[in-house]
Parts: sequence; structure tokens; C-alpha cells
Amino acid sequence: MHQEYTVIEGDFVNAGKASSSVKKTLKQLNVNPQVLKRVVVALYEAEVNAIAHAYGGKVLVDIDADKIKMVVADKGPGIPDIAWAMEEGHSTARPEVRDMGFGAGMGLPNMQKNVDKLNVTSEVGVGTTVEMEVNFH
Amino acid sequence: MFYHALQIDEPRCIGCSRCMKTCPTEAIRIHGGKAFIQEHRCIDCGKCYEVCPVQAITIKDDDFEAIHRYSHSVALLPAVFMGQFPDDVSVSRVYASLQELGFAHVMEVESAAGIFRDAKDRYAREHPDVRPLISSFCPAIVRLIQIKYPSLSENVMPIKVPLDLCAMYIVEELKNRGIPREEIGLFYITPCAAKVSAVKAPVGEEQSIIDGVINMNLLFNRVYKHIKDQGKHHQYKPLNRQRLSADAVLSTLTNGERRMCSAKRSYAIDGIENVMDFLDKLENDEVEGIEFLELRACDQSCAGALLSVDNRFLCGERMYTRARKAAERERNGEMARDREMERYKDCLIEHSLVDEVQPRSMMVLDENIAKALEKMEKIENMKAHLPQIDCGVCGAPTCEAFATDVVCGQANLHCCVFYRLHLESKGKMTLGEGRTNMYSVWGDDRIVGEIEV
Repeated sequence: MHQEYTVIEGDFVNAGKASSSVKKTLKQLNVNPQVLKRVVVALYEAEVNAIAHAYGGKVLVDIDADKIKMVVADKGPGIPDIAWAMEEGHSTARPEVRDMGFGAGMGLPNMQKNVDKLNVTSEVGVGTTVEMEVNFH
Repeated sequence: MFYHALQIDEPRCIGCSRCMKTCPTEAIRIHGGKAFIQEHRCIDCGKCYEVCPVQAITIKDDDFEAIHRYSHSVALLPAVFMGQFPDDVSVSRVYASLQELGFAHVMEVESAAGIFRDAKDRYAREHPDVRPLISSFCPAIVRLIQIKYPSLSENVMPIKVPLDLCAMYIVEELKNRGIPREEIGLFYITPCAAKVSAVKAPVGEEQSIIDGVINMNLLFNRVYKHIKDQGKHHQYKPLNRQRLSADAVLSTLTNGERRMCSAKRSYAIDGIENVMDFLDKLENDEVEGIEFLELRACDQSCAGALLSVDNRFLCGERMYTRARKAAERERNGEMARDREMERYKDCLIEHSLVDEVQPRSMMVLDENIAKALEKMEKIENMKAHLPQIDCGVCGAPTCEAFATDVVCGQANLHCCVFYRLHLESKGKMTLGEGRTNMYSVWGDDRIVGEIEV
């Protein structure tokens, strides 16, 4: 099953729409509640990232009987040093975003903690793609 | 399979579908002109009861006369019961009336509010990794979490509520006075349907200690009539009763538990829609750092309970007045604070735990993920062809609920009035067949003759 959501830059009002919808789907699929929680927390984090730090983007979700794959692809500004950004407390957030309480540098580490597979690719000036996988069993 | 206390009185039901549209868990469907409750989805919140125009929704309760089967029948009252009476009827008069009506003992369950708090505090200390902790006080909320927020089940504190703690206390106390358990009848005067279920089918326990449940409306009528019959100047014999502390009186109202608890960051939320809104956020981890949640299904908590006779705000105000008086007595040192129950405190807290709250999701399409996925694709596909206006003519509350019912084999696609018209216009269905489908949902007596305008 495939689902797609659009994320708009700076639209904090609608942050969590994609993760809420995915949550409902997984409940209907009888996914273990604790696994469900990990999926939702990771996706919400990625969704907020695309809203807060990037210029919006897309969330693509694919679900089969064994796992969920989530791809959050944003449009710029990109992360120059991914390994550095993966460390807790490291953030590339712009000052105005930090003023809003985001950019604590916990986003990527938190995603890592909750998913079974995480792959981040980024090109400065083009965008960042976060690919996550969570196994159901 | 699942117990629920709300029942539809079929002969009385007119199939108006108000209940179906208001149910927060989409548990009601219309069939053959009558409403039906899907038991696995019903949490006994009573929203349907409130909107039914013909009182066709009833609450399963026990007969009042059952109290006479025991030589020591105990009336376990919720504090909101006192809040129903006009200002000129005193608490002690109500207690005396209950005894005159046949109860050997009368006790307000909030007497155990302090012990309930201590039990929760202890649980919080012993489980520092589970946050936020959700109070087990409101049984409709516990059920809501089980069926709709399965991942939050472990956050619900598996702790006996004041009613059970109070019942345990009185049994011990009476046993110590030499009265055998079988002569003690514990009757809870319930302000709502959810608490009936909590007694008849408790979560986390095999069986409740309570022997019977009496509808608060019915008992109010009896007591009030009794007082009226006796007249203003009746000399009654005041009972030696345990006075409630201000904290205890307020504990069933919104913020009542929150103001007593020691958690740093906590919220008190009332009204089932408000609670669902919040739990949606909580499940996403959108709100962090919360230690304790007091969640109540009814607006204004128990003052707004289903079987509250009077207006929720009038009842609430009377309780605040009573709490102010109690606080004054406490300040003047006139009140022996919970001294009686205090003696049993350690023992009660020791026995306050029940089994962990288990999720039982109502949303699962199939136990098998592959099959559930298949059904979901079908539902999505069907939804796209349905009008999406949630008219309810199919007998389900929304197009989505209808599509789910059809895919799960519980409804007939031909019950959608728009789809039917489409088939009829294509010559794929006769008018007669269409009418039969309409009758299957709404009964055959709803189509009227021609109307002159």
C-alpha cells in the first residue's frame, strides 16, 4: 500500500498530519502498539524537520505485510556533514528556526533510535532525503 | 464478548440515528429501523444516551430491592449524589434517609480519595520510566484508551479507584465487627454507565468486590420523595458519619485529582472529544514532559455525568460550597481527617494494584497483516467511489465506516443511496430492489405518501 503527503515549509499548523494518518493505518493493520509508536515518533520528527528546516517536501509511505518504508524528501537547504548532524546536539537549523524552539539537534538521533534502518542523503542547495524502515515483527 | 452497560430498548427505538451520528467511537449502526451497538467499540461514555429523543437507551442496573437480601447492605455513594439535592437538604438528612430506606450503612466513596492519591504516588515512584501516567479514575477513558489508543495502555495506572478502595475498607471494618462477608451487600450508586461496566466487567480484575449497582437517578427520586413526604420538620436521627475533606469532595470534579497530585507537569482534561484530541497528540509524542493526566469522559467530570439529575454547573457549585465548608472545618481543627480509614491505609495501598491494562483495538481489520492490507486497499478504493458526505442513509455514521463494514462483510454496498441511484439509472437495479435495500436499513414504515405543498 502506498501513501503520499505534501509538507509545506513553515506550516507548523499541519505538522503531524502524515504521521497521524499513518498511525491510523497501522492500527487497522494490527501492528504491535509499541512498534506503531516508534514509527509515528520517527515520522513526526522527520515531518517537522521538513517543515522547520527545509523548504517543504514530500512524504512517501509504503507498507507491506512485514514492514513500513518512509521517505521524507525535502527541497533544500541540505546538510553539509551528515555524520556530524547525526550526533546529538548538532544542528544546522537557521537562527530564526531556533528562536521557535526547534533545532535542538535531537531530530536525526531520535529517528535513528526509533527505526530499524535509516539512510540520510543530502546535497547542499538541493535537498535532503531521509529513508526509514521499521519492521513489524 | 465485551460487556457494555448501555442498552437499546428496541421497541422504543425510533431509529432516528442521532445516537449513530454522535457516538465518538462510531459504535452504532442502524438496521431494520433500529439502532444497534457494536459491543467491541462501545466504551459506555453515554453520548448516545444524552441525545436520544425517546429515552430508548437505558443503563443496565440492579433492582433496588436487592439491598434487602443482606442484613448489612452498604450504600456506596459518589459525592456528586449530594450535589443533586437543593441547598435546603443537608448531607446528614440524605444519609439518614438512606438508612430509613433500608441501607444499614452509608458511605461516600471519595472517603478513599486520599488513599487513591497515595497509591498513585507510590506507583509513580516505582515506575519512573512510564510517563505520562494516566489516572484509572474514569472507566470510559480506560476503555477508550484500550480500543482507540492501544499504545497508551501501558500508561494507564493499574490502580483500584476510590470506589473499590472504599468497599475494601468497609468490608474489613465490618468483618472486624464480626459480620461475615456474605451478610454484607455492597451497592454502588452509579452516576454513569461506564461505572456500571467497571463493576460488572472490571479491567484488570477477575471480579469486582461490589455486589450491585443502583441507578443514581432512581435513588435520587426515592430519597427526595422520602424527604418531601416527611416534611421540613421531620426529626431524623443523624448518623455517625465520616465527613469528607475538601480535597475528597472536589476529587471527582475536573482538576480534582490534579490538584492533589505531586506531579510537576500535569493536565486535567474533561469531555471525550477534548480527551481524544489530546491523546492523538500524545500518541505522536508531540507533547513531552508530562507526568500525570487526569482524563474524564464527561464535561465537568462527574458533575456532568449521565445520571446527574441537575445541571452540571449547579451540581458543581454545590460541591464547591461543600468543599469550602469542609476546608473551614479543617482549618478550625474540627475535622478528624480520615482517621477511621487511616488505620487501614497501608493494607489498602498494598492491595490497590490490579493487572495491567491490555489494549484491545477496535480498529483492527484483520489479525493477519497481509489480509488487513488487502482489506484496506479495498476500503480505500470503495471510499473513492462513495459520495463522502457522511449522510448516514446507509445506516453507518460515515462513508469510511460504511466502506469498512462492507469490506468486512457487515453491510451491503447497495445500501448507499447514491450508489443505488447510479445502478438504477444504468438499469442495473429495479426500483423495487432499491426500495428493499432502503427498508433493510430504515424499516418499511418511513416512506410517506405524496405531500401537498
